[in-house]
Amino acid sequence: MIVLPLIGLLQRVSWSTLLSDLSAHDAFVALRLSLEVSLGALAIALVFGLPLAWILARHRFPGRALLRGLVTLPMVLPPVVGGIALLYAFGRRGLAGQVIYDLTGWRFVFNTSGAMLAAAFVSMPFLIVTAEASFRSMDRRGEEAAATLGASPAYRFRRVTLPAVAPALAAGAALSWARALGEFGATITFAGNLPGSTQTTPLLIYLDIESGHEATALALSLVLLLVSLGVLVGLRDRWLGNP
Amino acid sequence: MSLSAQVRLRLGELDLGVDLDVDEQAPVAIVGPNGAGKTTFLRALAGLVPLDAGRVSVGGTVVEDPAGQIRLAPEERGLGVVFQEPRLFDHLSALENVAFGLRARGVSRNEARARAEAWLERVGLPQVARMRPRQLSGGQAQRVALARALVTEPAVLLLDEPLAAVDMSARAELRHLLRQELKRYPGVRIVVTHDPVEAAALAERLVVIEEGRVTQDGLLVEVTAHPRSRWVADMVGLNLWEGTASGTSVRVGADATVVTADPLEGSVFVSFRPNAVTLHRRRPEGSARNVWCLQVQELNPTGDRARLRLGGPVTLVAEVTAGAVSELSLADGGTVWASVKATDLVAYPV
Repeated sequence: MIVLPLIGLLQRVSWSTLLSDLSAHDAFVALRLSLEVSLGALAIALVFGLPLAWILARHRFPGRALLRGLVTLPMVLPPVVGGIALLYAFGRRGLAGQVIYDLTGWRFVFNTSGAMLAAAFVSMPFLIVTAEASFRSMDRRGEEAAATLGASPAYRFRRVTLPAVAPALAAGAALSWARALGEFGATITFAGNLPGSTQTTPLLIYLDIESGHEATALALSLVLLLVSLGVLVGLRDRWLGNP
Repeated sequence: MSLSAQVRLRLGELDLGVDLDVDEQAPVAIVGPNGAGKTTFLRALAGLVPLDAGRVSVGGTVVEDPAGQIRLAPEERGLGVVFQEPRLFDHLSALENVAFGLRARGVSRNEARARAEAWLERVGLPQVARMRPRQLSGGQAQRVALARALVTEPAVLLLDEPLAAVDMSARAELRHLLRQELKRYPGVRIVVTHDPVEAAALAERLVVIEEGRVTQDGLLVEVTAHPRSRWVADMVGLNLWEGTASGTSVRVGADATVVTADPLEGSVFVSFRPNAVTLHRRRPEGSARNVWCLQVQELNPTGDRARLRLGGPVTLVAEVTAGAVSELSLADGGTVWASVKATDLVAYPV
């Protein structure tokens, strides 16, 4: 079930024209945009997700269980639905989008920032869930010791907490980034499919397959497959429980 | 500088109500059975557990007062803590661990390094400066933890069972170092321990906490000579009875009265050493007036001595020579006559 499609993909790749397919203008632009969008999404996830993970892990407040559930919702929500939801929130006529547009003239739709937002929406839970678990389960005794040594909360976080959870955070960030890289549904629904600004690699693959450019689609798919494998290999030790 | 604490808090099963004032004169040891609340008390002083009520002040500054909505964070209290486990930071070298508190307070990198190096030398570990905590032995790690707490020169130094997690082989040496450092440290020093040997080695004043309350507080010699609870009596190896005195006669049980040397009135404790008890096969003639026929409940030979737990009208522990055990053909369940001289019984008011 899992292996067969992979074999199917690999045996259809046109190896001789691989490099020229990838360096074709469209493909190159889409790959570069994907890198930009996925890294942007990761940045958004870190800026908003880390504090949220910290609050969920270390503070008790009413509605915490609900918030924790909501945070993981995008993991199971169909990405297209996520895209529509984003449209009604951040689209030009959306709840927040309208206000932002009126104040600054900024819009997310048909804009790279929209693609980043869409990718962040679906990928952030991977980071939050991993980060929250590590903040919650880490040995807190070092933080206590640091506090008695006169370290402020910010200093403790930087010099004791972060180093302690760094491996887990790196794993969460890698997962989140890989998910952002492959994002399709929310992006096409919310940000659109504009070459150079919102047409990321998965969107171009879809378009190429539809329009008969099979070789390019396969070459791009191969790249995404290799990246996924790379992330898996990088996290292998973590998941197999090796030190 | 002094520490004044009235700690009231509930934590799980524990109901803690401890008042303690400590000055810089001498180290104080807090002793007591497991679960008595010693560690929780220390953590409350450090600000790691919030008070329900009461007040803690350091050098006249109130650091916690729930009624007055005052609660300084641990890092704002200016105290140092040595925990039971070293709690070193794994990703930092031994030297960086010691320098941590200085760096956190904004001391420059070079100065922090220099002072940390001096402290590592002082605790006898200049050679581990570059090593990671994982590479240190338990005893070494605890020395680094001690240096790390002392380098910031806190006004109050709290030690929570600092030797408990250290190997037997390294314990004596570390105890010696602690004794030396505690003696010369110019601040309030409080060490929690459940080990009487440790308490005697490290402190001059002994505070006993049992079930969340102070049951005894005084100089080491006073407390060990005049136990006021079963736990303290067991710790220092004395027999202890509680009774009502009327002159030199003290009623210590339903039908047991003992005679002491010094007259007292009212509720009293009576204590005596186990080796002050003499055992006889028949009822002894002569001057001893505290004589009972008792049953042997437990017989523990230890080398050339033996300790016996005896029960009857009174309960006591006797320590006799191994020779006496065979001479009297003592065995579990047998009976024997026991006597204690009035002059060996120490009575003091409750």
